[in-house]
Amino acid sequence: MNKIKRMSGVMVAVIFCVAVYAQSTAAEPAGVMRSNGKIYVVVAIVVTILLGLFLYVFNLDRKISKLEKK
Amino acid sequence: MIRQSWWKLLSFILLLYTCSYGFLVEVPSPPGVPLQQTIRNLFFHVPMWIAMMVCFAVSVVYAVKYLRKHDPVYDIYSTEYARTGTLLGILGLVTGMIWANYQWGKAWSGDPKQNGAAIAVLIYFAYFVLKGSLHDEEKQARIGAVYNIFAFFMLFPAIWILPRLTESLHPGGQGSEGNPGLNPKDTTNAMRSVMYPAFIGWTLLGVWITTLRIRVQIINQKKLANE
Repeated sequence: MNKIKRMSGVMVAVIFCVAVYAQSTAAEPAGVMRSNGKIYVVVAIVVTILLGLFLYVFNLDRKISKLEKK
Repeated sequence: MIRQSWWKLLSFILLLYTCSYGFLVEVPSPPGVPLQQTIRNLFFHVPMWIAMMVCFAVSVVYAVKYLRKHDPVYDIYSTEYARTGTLLGILGLVTGMIWANYQWGKAWSGDPKQNGAAIAVLIYFAYFVLKGSLHDEEKQARIGAVYNIFAFFMLFPAIWILPRLTESLHPGGQGSEGNPGLNPKDTTNAMRSVMYPAFIGWTLLGVWITTLRIRVQIINQKKLANE
């Protein structure tokens, strides 16, 4: 369970990184997140969804593995 | 820890690559092709169909295995792969409809490939209706396996052969081009470097989810046997 908590911690940190990044670029509209028609915003969102999805499937896999051991 | 994890990790890495580089890779916009940025759907819409076909193919292999050996575990494999395949097919249809709404003007324009895919998915719906309507487990597995083989051999005419016999709105479907799936002229090598990882990544994710369902079913069956 500890590992999961650590992994979720890392994920939250990553999301905050992106949020902080967005704020620092808010002052200067030419930042990475706002370049290319803001496509990087979409990338950040899709990657976040993907991380969440994989974390969920990973957890399910662990739980089922535990059940199998019983 | 989780079982046999290397390909699960591979799936994660490939999809991470697909979902980041897939938005950044240069896409061609030749004159006369109105796809523009939507061609990036090649990394998300098309892999659904590839993954669906892999799932249905695995499902039919286990259906044949069940009919040969009558091991109920094969029936579980066959059913769960068909279930994931159907889900991926629905996702493929829905994503295709969203794309078509902005590309062809209507979500459903009766395109032969759209109709064929819908028929194929409906045939697999009937598989679950058939299995659900039978109470005897052995009968359910046996008739289900036989129907599964029929469904698989309807799948290929419906999505590969019939759409090729007429004109299709899908790329490559005009006149004598005859391949209403992909038009090789629309893609570049850079796009292919995302497309193939996307195919493998999405397929592996589908397989992973299926194995989870299979394992739950096997645990359930063992529990029932012990009671």
